[in-house]
Amino acid sequence: MVQVSMKLEMKDTPGQLVRALKPISDTGGNIIAVIHQRESLTRAEVIDVQVVIELPEKRLEELVARMNEQGVTVQRIGTERLIHKKSLILIGHIMHTDLTDTVDHIDTTGYAEVSELELIMPAIAEPSSARMMIKATNAEAMNKALEILRQVARKKDILVIESLEENG
Amino acid sequence: MKVALLGLGSVGQGIASMVLKKGLGITITGLADSKSGIIDAKGINIEEILVRKRGGNPAGDTSVSAMDVVQNADYDVLVEVTPTNISTGEPARTHITSALRKGRHVVTSNKGPIALHHRELLTLADTHHVSLRYEATVCGAIPIIHILEHGLLGNQVKALHGIMNGTCNFILTRMSEEGLSYEQALAEAREMGYAEADPSYDVKGIDPAIKLVILANAIWNLGVTLHEVEITGIDQITPEALRLAGEDDATIRLIAEAIPARQLLRVSPRILPRSHPLVVKGTLNAVTLETDMAGSLTFIGRGAGSIETASAIIGDILFIREQYDGCS
Repeated sequence: MVQVSMKLEMKDTPGQLVRALKPISDTGGNIIAVIHQRESLTRAEVIDVQVVIELPEKRLEELVARMNEQGVTVQRIGTERLIHKKSLILIGHIMHTDLTDTVDHIDTTGYAEVSELELIMPAIAEPSSARMMIKATNAEAMNKALEILRQVARKKDILVIESLEENG
Repeated sequence: MKVALLGLGSVGQGIASMVLKKGLGITITGLADSKSGIIDAKGINIEEILVRKRGGNPAGDTSVSAMDVVQNADYDVLVEVTPTNISTGEPARTHITSALRKGRHVVTSNKGPIALHHRELLTLADTHHVSLRYEATVCGAIPIIHILEHGLLGNQVKALHGIMNGTCNFILTRMSEEGLSYEQALAEAREMGYAEADPSYDVKGIDPAIKLVILANAIWNLGVTLHEVEITGIDQITPEALRLAGEDDATIRLIAEAIPARQLLRVSPRILPRSHPLVVKGTLNAVTLETDMAGSLTFIGRGAGSIETASAIIGDILFIREQYDGCS
């Protein structure tokens, strides 16, 4: 699944918004948000609507085509493939146990990546601490990525501290 | 109501001094410390005993043992507050089973026998139509067992999360707020009397894991043991890690969690937003219960201390008195 934000332009006629949104469910998507700003009206007979949806990546083109058939102009599309984020803290000999290798284990999955890393090394031979942000395509991918990280960390004697909320 | 008190350490002295101060209709007719015992059906002079004990002397007659008190004293409730032995549960287990077999109620703060033999001991109490209560084994003054048994009737408890070790919470609080190293915060905890000379039982997460086992068995009767708990302590936590958590307006706490649907029993350091209800300071304990009707409930209180633990013990004794007519 991919999260997409779209800016749509359509005629201001009764039922038009419902018709414009129908292709989303037809292509297997979920609507996350619909933002309709009347004050941003440019021409009296046309309205602008912003939608945020989640749908299978392969069906995005089909969706745009179907929307066009409904008389909707898709003005802009922005996609963010990795929508699940999780912040972790690592403690141990993070650099000297090959940090690149640790990060690669996540980055090579194709469904998750390390997007931020902040490392503090207080002194030589002392354990370092790091804050790591992992992004993944969905919750299931995140769990898989975390399990990979836990296994790598166990081998390298690195403590992984996870947040309570998302595990609860 | 007549009580036999086994154990005259910090908790035992706390109970004795509160009975002396408040009365509460409790008479202590039998008493034992590690070296001696006293039996007096008319009631032991507590004031005298406490003076003797604080002077470093045995409380009673060195020819009288704890088992003599269990077998021969005239009591309604045995209060077992001897030191915990987590590998065998002894000698507390023998004290408790002997009293239950004699048809006497038992109230204990001793985690060993409750964590190791929960089902067996409760079954024995049932067989002899008496109560075994153990509020003081978990979370000190927080009446969590009472809440679970009586305050949430009809609810299903789906998950439990808690801070169940005051020593660890104190260390993490000091590291987080003052930027102290783990070693510095531990030294401070020792100075304040919050940590033992050998702190591994606390800082390696064993103590909260034992409490988690007791609570999980009390709530769900799962018959779980300490071996089934995944345990990570706090002894590897660095001040830098707490600083990094702080950048996200979060902190690190040692959390004990039980989620039966996921067969999860774990004690581990976790990242929590600073505004999370479980983020309590110093030696405080906190427990959150997730229930189907009442939603999420969090209880906060003092997890240890002589008088705080006495509060839990005395609550159990008086609860038994209310439940059973005929006890005087």
